[in-house]
Amino acid sequence: MRLPLILGLVLSAAALIAAAVSLVWTPYDVTALAIAEKLKPPSAAHWLGTDHFGRDIGSMLMAGAQTSIAVALVAVGIGMGLGVPLGLFAAARRGSLADEVIMRGNDLIFAFPSLVIAILITAVFGPSALNAILAIGIFNIPVFARVTRGGALSLWTLDFIRAAEVAGKGRARISAEHILPNIANLLIVQGTIQFSLGILAEAGLSYVGLGAQPPTASWGRMLAEAQTMVTLAPHVAIFPGLAIVFTVLGLNLLGDGLRDHLDPRLRRAA
Amino acid sequence: MQRYLLRRLISLALSLLVASLVIFAVIEIVPGDPASYMLGLNAAPDTVAALKAELGLDAPAPLRYLTWVTGMVQGDFGLSYTYKVPVSQLVGQRMVVSLPLALYALALAVLIAFPAGLLAAARRGRVADAAVMGATQVGIALPNFWFAMLLVLAFALHWQIFPAGGFPGWSDPWAGLRALTLPAIALALPQAAILARVLRSALIDTLDQDYIRTARAKGLTRGQTILRHALRNAMIPVLTILGMQFSFLLAGAIIIENVFYLPGLGRLIFQAITQRDLIVVESVVMLLVFAVILVTFLTDLAYAAIDPRLRRRA
Repeated sequence: MRLPLILGLVLSAAALIAAAVSLVWTPYDVTALAIAEKLKPPSAAHWLGTDHFGRDIGSMLMAGAQTSIAVALVAVGIGMGLGVPLGLFAAARRGSLADEVIMRGNDLIFAFPSLVIAILITAVFGPSALNAILAIGIFNIPVFARVTRGGALSLWTLDFIRAAEVAGKGRARISAEHILPNIANLLIVQGTIQFSLGILAEAGLSYVGLGAQPPTASWGRMLAEAQTMVTLAPHVAIFPGLAIVFTVLGLNLLGDGLRDHLDPRLRRAA
Repeated sequence: MQRYLLRRLISLALSLLVASLVIFAVIEIVPGDPASYMLGLNAAPDTVAALKAELGLDAPAPLRYLTWVTGMVQGDFGLSYTYKVPVSQLVGQRMVVSLPLALYALALAVLIAFPAGLLAAARRGRVADAAVMGATQVGIALPNFWFAMLLVLAFALHWQIFPAGGFPGWSDPWAGLRALTLPAIALALPQAAILARVLRSALIDTLDQDYIRTARAKGLTRGQTILRHALRNAMIPVLTILGMQFSFLLAGAIIIENVFYLPGLGRLIFQAITQRDLIVVESVVMLLVFAVILVTFLTDLAYAAIDPRLRRRA
């Protein structure tokens, strides 16, 4: 294992643990207001200081990790759940009309950046964390469909797949039993990348008010609220940003590290 | 080349058609109609009906779709419910902020990414490579709106070199450019990081080819082979990313405009959502999607221009 992979593991684990611990315990109650304590710089009592309502920023970051991770994780789930079967199907029926329709459909979804999908959904249903999940999830579908199809296409030409075909296995069974296990590495790596992109996207969406709504703690919304007082108390803007950077950096390093670790052939170009 | 162009044009038109249908259908299921929203809760039913007729909302959905699409083709995006002015006029006013911002950011991203990517590929495995790659990892992880806040703290509030927000208009081009500089840097840096990584790995792939060894064998220096032979062949993946980045830049610009209080398309669309000015949302979203599809189309054409093999295959 190389240093970037270890660093990635540590950073990702830190975010996951913070989120998990916040389910049962945070140093301070994140919904309790203490105006007398507002905008305090980092101290022994509040390691990362307090915000404009006197809430403990460290505690809010822990609770925010929960939102970020939940949104990004479910969005990856949506993308994989729909994208992988579509990609497998398209590869099994390569060159057919169904393949063409799926791939052109993918191109079409690609033309809608997740922010634009979020705008459309919000215009219809109003803002919520669910919108963010849907918007990022829909954007993930073509990503996974494409990766799956690409990986599966190269496998379909190999001898052991031909052998399975000759042995009388149907295309669906071959896809599930032989193709899927062989592209699992590819999907794990892509999943890590989409997970980190999802965390960035969730932060952006809740920053502009299209994501999680109060009182749900969210890193993006913490930054939006911090914007007006950034001159008075820079720490309210700096720590949530650092939380995002460290988490995304950790996941990216983990993804790159896993790719190298799982497929030594890729080590050269990476 | 002509057949290729024709095929791409047909698929461009089809994409636009389907995209417009999707957007129209989504906006169509919005609960409540804009007419009663505009007139408030206590409006008399016949006043609402009259306004609906005036806005053309009483027509059946297929007819309204046709009116919307044929209008857009002619540059008529309908009338904003809240501003009571043509949407095209609103969009036009905002476009002179958003489009220059996206292009400025794209230019900066290229200017940063090319030297960085070239350096990393040329010094592969050395300290300079590791430094560039480390920096790009951080760049990719930066949320652009947070980076924008840091830039404001440093270069607008502490050192007061650039304005912290707002847009003075283009009557003084220099002042306009100055107002867009921090937003453009905030947008460009994360994109530059991605671009530099792609350029580096594409260059490294081509540098392993036999013809590069030939070029080196006939006496070209490493730098010369990279610039004359490898760079051109590494351009295909770089172009793909550049094309895809345009859509991220447009989306990013919408968010960044909020940090700097820039009167661009982003501010317009968020105001429109809160005011339920759906015709504005509908048309601006269509415009954004049109821009993304058009850029994809142009990227495909650029491939064909760079790589003749792609023309023949299609």
